[in-house]
Amino acid sequence: MKTVYNGEMDSRLFKDVLGATIPALAKEDPDVIYLDADLMSCIGTAKWANENPEKAINCGIAEANMAGVACGLAATGFKPIMHTFGPFASRRCYDQVFMSGGYAKNAITILGTDPGVCAAFNGGTHMPFEDMALYRALPEATVIDIADANQLISVLNQSKDLPGVKYIRVGRKSAAKIYEDGATVPIGKGVTIREGKDAVVFAAGIMLHEAMQAAEMLAKENIEIAVIDMFTVKPLDEDCVIKYAQQTGAVVTAENHNKIGGLYSAVSEVLSRKQPTPVEYVAVEDEYGEVGPQDYLQKRYNLTADHIADKVRTVLKRK
Amino acid sequence: MISKEEKKDLQKFALEIRIGTAEAIKARGFGHVGGSLSVADVLSVLYGKEMKIDPKNPDMPERDKLVCSKGHAGPAVYAALALKGYFPYEELKTLNQPGTNLPSHCDRNKTVGIDMTTGSLGQGTSTAAGMALGDKIKKRDNRIFLFVGDGEIDEGQVWEAFMFAAAKKLSNLVVLIDNNKKQLDGYTKNILDTGDLTAKMAAFGFDTQTIDGNDIEQICDALEHTRAGGDKPYAIVLDTIKGKGIKEVEETMANHSMNITPEKGDEWIAQLKAERKALGE
Repeated sequence: MKTVYNGEMDSRLFKDVLGATIPALAKEDPDVIYLDADLMSCIGTAKWANENPEKAINCGIAEANMAGVACGLAATGFKPIMHTFGPFASRRCYDQVFMSGGYAKNAITILGTDPGVCAAFNGGTHMPFEDMALYRALPEATVIDIADANQLISVLNQSKDLPGVKYIRVGRKSAAKIYEDGATVPIGKGVTIREGKDAVVFAAGIMLHEAMQAAEMLAKENIEIAVIDMFTVKPLDEDCVIKYAQQTGAVVTAENHNKIGGLYSAVSEVLSRKQPTPVEYVAVEDEYGEVGPQDYLQKRYNLTADHIADKVRTVLKRK
Repeated sequence: MISKEEKKDLQKFALEIRIGTAEAIKARGFGHVGGSLSVADVLSVLYGKEMKIDPKNPDMPERDKLVCSKGHAGPAVYAALALKGYFPYEELKTLNQPGTNLPSHCDRNKTVGIDMTTGSLGQGTSTAAGMALGDKIKKRDNRIFLFVGDGEIDEGQVWEAFMFAAAKKLSNLVVLIDNNKKQLDGYTKNILDTGDLTAKMAAFGFDTQTIDGNDIEQICDALEHTRAGGDKPYAIVLDTIKGKGIKEVEETMANHSMNITPEKGDEWIAQLKAERKALGE
């Protein structure tokens, strides 16, 4: 698979990619069924859903029931993909996903849109900094933070056929282009976007683009960092984490999420046991979200390229 | 209407389910006896007459399915399944023993014949609705039966699921509300009064009947009515007695979960066996 990052934004919005990919999957695989909780219009599936009532089920504003219905559909042979905003796709239906999904071994794909600061003008009530922590704690779950449109398409194609609960968080706007069109991005594998010998940044979701910008800034100071797209936060690609920790001796994680329970936790859990290495994080400082434009929020919660570069400088001093 | 003979057979089966339930709970020394006994009669009619099942082919996609959303009634469901031959009767005595296939609450991955995992109350309503929807889309000629407790309906998810079932016209779903009037802390009317359940279900868009849920004949008739199809899901409010069939349990206020000594268990089982014998072979 080829990465094509050059800092340019993808012309496609994630919501449009979702709006095209979900119907395509349902057309190609008769067992794919899509459920939503009154947010079809937010990801461009509404028109197709109206025309395909047996492929797309609008459950109304009842996420707990939607999760249960999805699990019941899985039990009858379907491959459900359910969508709502991240907070409601995690907090609002956690016990349902836990018992009727994970524990009962009903395989479902959960799409949580607008993760973390991507919730922007919907504000703190809609801003999940804890969704990955919740789903990481669910046995056998897969937790993914999407960085790129082609990655999203590839992940959705894989997810429908995987066992267990798959939680995929993704924004609805566009992102920097990272993967070539038609790329297969295997779930569970970290992807090296940039090589570097001095430190490694494991980034996920919107923070990948920030990490690449930080790499450019640091290169001007003769600091060469490796940047890894660690989009699969669970199951974590432990070999990749250990390899780059060994090679560089200095690790920074970057995520649009609370510092507790997400990528920083996952990476630290592996390294503390298998390859003790200085680790710094770029993540939310155990706070609630607030309203505002995304660029403001990224600064407010220390989620920018500048913050990543600072943490790299810090971790290098600990080598 | 069922024949006298059929009625007697189902009464016998209900007693055998109660005996199996008591054997299982006696072996462990404690268990959810009250809410298991209250559904023994409806289980008898479901597994003895109404449901399209094949114990030798438990995963047959076109089978009728039971979601016991009040998952703690597991012991009674296990007794019915064992008696139907899904697994050896002796296995009932492993209820809640280490490594068992028969946990307190129903588990589709552990017990042959259990169609859905339940236990966290309310959730079986949504999974049953999803199963009914899935089977309907797959054009299977079957039904989903759903046990819901009258205490369980305190859970908001239940009403989300009921709204969903009616809105999606799931006429292959039959909701059986075990209205045994009690929950763990006492009488439902004192804890969170459920009000008029029949009116509530009708208002939610269900074809609703209310019957004596411990009367075999009435259960048969009510279930027969639910075969009609149409565009509404079905609800049967079962007026039941928590602990039904063992006088001492019926008369115990806190009978949700009870401790049972081996002597007491033997006494109850002997009583039930005598009743069973009185009905003939």
